[in-house]
Amino acid sequence: MHKDNNAVRDEIIRRSGVNPRKCMRCGKCSATCPAYDEMEFHPHQFVYMVESGDIEPLMNSKSLYQCLTCFACVDRCPRGVEPAKLVEAVRLEVIRKQGANHLKADDIPALVTEELPQQAIVSAFRKYTK
Amino acid sequence: MKVAYFPGCTLKTKAKELDAYARKCAETLGITLEEIENWQCCGGVFTTARDEAATKLSSVRALKAAGNANQMLVTVCSACHNVIKQTNHAMNTDEEFAFKVNNYLGKGEEYDGSTKVMHYLELLRDVVGYDKVKEAVKKPLAGKKVAAYYGCLLLRPNSVMHTDDPENPTLIEDLIRALGGEPVVYSMRNECCGGYIALENPDSAKKRSNKVTDSAALAGADMIVTACPLCKFNLETNGSKLPIVYFTDLMAEAFDLKED
Repeated sequence: MHKDNNAVRDEIIRRSGVNPRKCMRCGKCSATCPAYDEMEFHPHQFVYMVESGDIEPLMNSKSLYQCLTCFACVDRCPRGVEPAKLVEAVRLEVIRKQGANHLKADDIPALVTEELPQQAIVSAFRKYTK
Repeated sequence: MKVAYFPGCTLKTKAKELDAYARKCAETLGITLEEIENWQCCGGVFTTARDEAATKLSSVRALKAAGNANQMLVTVCSACHNVIKQTNHAMNTDEEFAFKVNNYLGKGEEYDGSTKVMHYLELLRDVVGYDKVKEAVKKPLAGKKVAAYYGCLLLRPNSVMHTDDPENPTLIEDLIRALGGEPVVYSMRNECCGGYIALENPDSAKKRSNKVTDSAALAGADMIVTACPLCKFNLETNGSKLPIVYFTDLMAEAFDLKED
């Protein structure tokens, strides 16, 4: 069964614990985001797009995999909105579906180098794969 | 004094020296790091989603093991610290999550949230004290200009971590001073190195890392210290002109524990 936009929005809000209506559109989250240049949709856009139920474009965007989980937007938001938690909740909406993993075990050998710490691999799996 | 210790995956593999010098320096200061039995990898990053329980179980089991031994849980790697401390916070503040997690642990084995999580650097500041660190110094790092790199995970999110002032920390600078070195403050010391993006998008990690190392070099630093193996990797492999060392390395040098 296909979930409607509002049902997806409500689930994402519940999963993240974020209240996007607290946002006052100052843009500080995107201004401080170290992955800004890499993203098609920026942290402040995640906030208002989730709020309005416009989630499909976010789910189809590579922006989901550019967030570094550095918590800069979480700490520096003057309204305590915590946009990174929305990025995470949308990403899980995608990768929890069967066959939708962003990173597969078979991809790993081509990506690792001798020096790369294990920490990078386990972290990427935790972020990109279910 | 004995404390429970969670080394984490990378301290057993690519960052063995971080583990070894952390233990040696602690012994010099009268603290024994007792490795938790059968610990499992923390997963490297905390999943903020409230409906994720299974990915946080290894942290909860480590917290429970430390609690059983009536010890605080000490970490050295910034990532392990972040994951375990955020998990502990969730266990203490989110009843539904704690209920779900405790169902995995078995009857009578529930975790009550009471274990205190401390990073090694906090242990030095809050338990050992910098005066005692100073007393242990045999070869002061005189004349060395050291840039502390915090990155993200030691400090953020501040509402959970409470490590230090997240925008103007002094935790590592105070240690550098205690070791006889000269701390160099620079603007990018609490900005991200790129983290795990190094696996999939090394160019993004390079851009982030270069901003950090350029900023430290511009401020006149001779070297950069970090507590995180992935920060070290990212800063190092992206062409830093400055050497990147673990804070434990610096301590071992000052305590004269290095074998060359």
